[in-house]
Amino acid sequence: MYAFIARRLLLAIPTLLIISLFVFSLQKLLPGDPVLVMAGEERDPAVIEALREKYHLNDPVPMQYLAWLGNALQGDLGISLRTNQPVLSLIAEKLPVTLQLAVMSMTFALLLGIPMGILAAVKKNTAIDYLASVLALSGLSVPNFWLGIMLILLVSVQLGWLPASGYQPFFVDPLLSLKTMLMPSFVLGNALAASMMRHTRSSMIGVLSSDYIRTARAKGLAERSVILSHALRNAVLPIVTLSALLFGELLAGAVLTEQIFTIPGFGKLIVDAVFTRDYAVVQGVVLCTAFGFITMNLIADVLYVLLNPRMRASL
Amino acid sequence: MKKAGLLATFLTGALFAAPAFAADLKIGLAEDPDMLDPAQSRTFVGRIVYTAMCDKLVDVTPNLEIVPQLATEWAWSDGDKVLTMKLRPGVKFHDGTAMDAEAVVATIKRNQTMPESRRKSEVASIASVEATGPLEVKFTLKQPDATLLAQLSDRAGMIVSPKAAAELGANFSSKPVCAGPFEFVERVQQDRIVLKKFADYWNKDNIHFDKVTYLPIVDATVRLANLRAGDLDMIERMSPTDAAVVKKDAKLGLAQVVNLGFLSIYVNVGHGPRADTPMGKDKRVRQAFSLAIDREALNQIVYEGTAPAGNQPVAPTSPWYNAKIPVPARDVAKAKALLKAAGHDRLEIEMLVSNSPIVVQMMEAVQAMVAEAGFDVKLKTMEFATLLNEETAGNFQMARTDWSGRVDPDGNIHQFVTCKGGLNEVKYCNPKVDELLNAARASVDLKVRKEKYDAAAAILDDDLPYIYLAHQSWLWGFDKKVTGFVPSPDGMIRLTGMAKAN
Repeated sequence: MYAFIARRLLLAIPTLLIISLFVFSLQKLLPGDPVLVMAGEERDPAVIEALREKYHLNDPVPMQYLAWLGNALQGDLGISLRTNQPVLSLIAEKLPVTLQLAVMSMTFALLLGIPMGILAAVKKNTAIDYLASVLALSGLSVPNFWLGIMLILLVSVQLGWLPASGYQPFFVDPLLSLKTMLMPSFVLGNALAASMMRHTRSSMIGVLSSDYIRTARAKGLAERSVILSHALRNAVLPIVTLSALLFGELLAGAVLTEQIFTIPGFGKLIVDAVFTRDYAVVQGVVLCTAFGFITMNLIADVLYVLLNPRMRASL
Repeated sequence: MKKAGLLATFLTGALFAAPAFAADLKIGLAEDPDMLDPAQSRTFVGRIVYTAMCDKLVDVTPNLEIVPQLATEWAWSDGDKVLTMKLRPGVKFHDGTAMDAEAVVATIKRNQTMPESRRKSEVASIASVEATGPLEVKFTLKQPDATLLAQLSDRAGMIVSPKAAAELGANFSSKPVCAGPFEFVERVQQDRIVLKKFADYWNKDNIHFDKVTYLPIVDATVRLANLRAGDLDMIERMSPTDAAVVKKDAKLGLAQVVNLGFLSIYVNVGHGPRADTPMGKDKRVRQAFSLAIDREALNQIVYEGTAPAGNQPVAPTSPWYNAKIPVPARDVAKAKALLKAAGHDRLEIEMLVSNSPIVVQMMEAVQAMVAEAGFDVKLKTMEFATLLNEETAGNFQMARTDWSGRVDPDGNIHQFVTCKGGLNEVKYCNPKVDELLNAARASVDLKVRKEKYDAAAAILDDDLPYIYLAHQSWLWGFDKKVTGFVPSPDGMIRLTGMAKAN
């Protein structure tokens, strides 16, 4: 198992290199010039030239990439062109915020999606199943930004129950932190819960029609035990893979959700960085996200093996 | 008896207590400021934070008059080439050091020489600056520069602690130290900037908040929702379409003032091969285009009446506006005639537009208006950074661009239309205009300056390298508990004198 994890981590290195090269080239293909944006409205030629020199923007592009890579390997991801802060410290500042949002949204999606999926599968073709499907379809179809703004108007402006936006670190004020994150994680988790529910349902229906379930029932096992102990364990396997894949969707969704609820996380960081052509920040955030994605997939694979003993032979 | 006594004490207390003021103020900003270093920063929004943190040598009133702040009086001498300023005594920086003539000299030199400084062009006319006394500074200029006082009323005139500047260098923004009413506490990028009241501020009796928090909330709807939910006390740069919501809400107030900037269309008249169009080469075509636009309709339809029509680089409400050239009414027949005289029945033209919804909406209305006069405008939308790039490269026929405006009219005109102007992306060049604008810059006599600007405005109105459309208003929404806010055309929120009832 350890050899498997080590092998996967080693494979991550070329993947990250390719991603960094890809993002670097893509950014250079973008038409805007960071220095023009940075120089302010006056765009003083002397300032522009000084900035180009300072950030080595006059160097040939391959040289710029190699210089960046050299520094990155030593743990230096560069300096934000916009705020002069080291990219690494920006990432360290924003990562916990997005992680909290991601964990809360995922928890929400799992708590809602899986039970709903099981229920819909067990009560297949009944009113409960149809209701769950309608809810899931609505969850998938409602755009994040619309739901977010509607919730703010209802819950914060009309009812005054929760803060409209903003962020409070969990360890500073846990209650306020949960309160500010409740609406964003509902908005973000809602669509995930919907696809979780759909997948759990279909996977569960497949498992419930298999022979060993019929045997379990024939043995006279209680229905509850058949479903939760026997069927769910097999049905949940595709959900584990799905959760890892949905993590990517989660980060993409976080971009919009963070924008609406003014949460100072990764999503907001990258949007602002793209608009101001803050190359180093975009590069750093994308790399970090890619690494997160690879790690999530690795965790999913490990979980898969733990849940399914048959897979161990293939390691 | 005891109870009655207690009650009486309470009642007396309630009757005679001074109005209770809440200590904290939360302001929603439309963007996150960049570096909080007056020498390095470039964003408009950053200046709003400085207004609370960094006092300047001079300030401006809502009527654009220059008034004392850190400098109490000043005088011009030696043919307007020497400016002598007397400084306010007893002023301290947030680190406890004294704000004196040496500090002013150090700050101006920092603005002039620090490699990262973005103030260089603003203080370029200063040949030397010296302390002629503990509280007296002498600026010697290379040539007379009437705009200097206006520059010193902004970031170039914000005096920073020389001790902190020497210690932190280009990293000053990590803990800015100035001499304003509030001192820096902390900043979390894209989340908040927290300031607290500076106990030794020279005008502390007029400061009624203990703490001010600035929260950047980019989405206008969410910013407004926060205000309505009571999470914010005040928001700046509201969307014009939200003004009605604030007016209807009994708890909220709306403040509005026409700003110093302009909304305009750049016409490429001389920047590379793309200037080679009838629009770029023939002023009659530009005049026709301008006449085909109903500016007042744009104000009403797109900006809900908050962006009054304009035709000059300064708004009709400005003391520098040339009233002899009023905003033209729409005249399609005349526009058609001018186009015909230039030898065209219909003309195709491409216009670059930034992808902000309100700008696109405005230009679609313009597109429909000018079509009636014979212009087939193709709108090419792109995000702002790309638009800027295309303009600098001369890769445009027409481009819709705005300017946030400056206190001195020179800042709205000179750099855009003089032959070597730094922002003259349309590459307009008219020696007569250069002469007038240079003369206006060199005189400190307001009457002389006005004459020069009036004359330049007349030429520009005929040549039309820029087609001015309107002047936006700054819109602030605030909780009615907040009192004492005075809207100013520079868009700043001056906290001196403001208060919030409990």
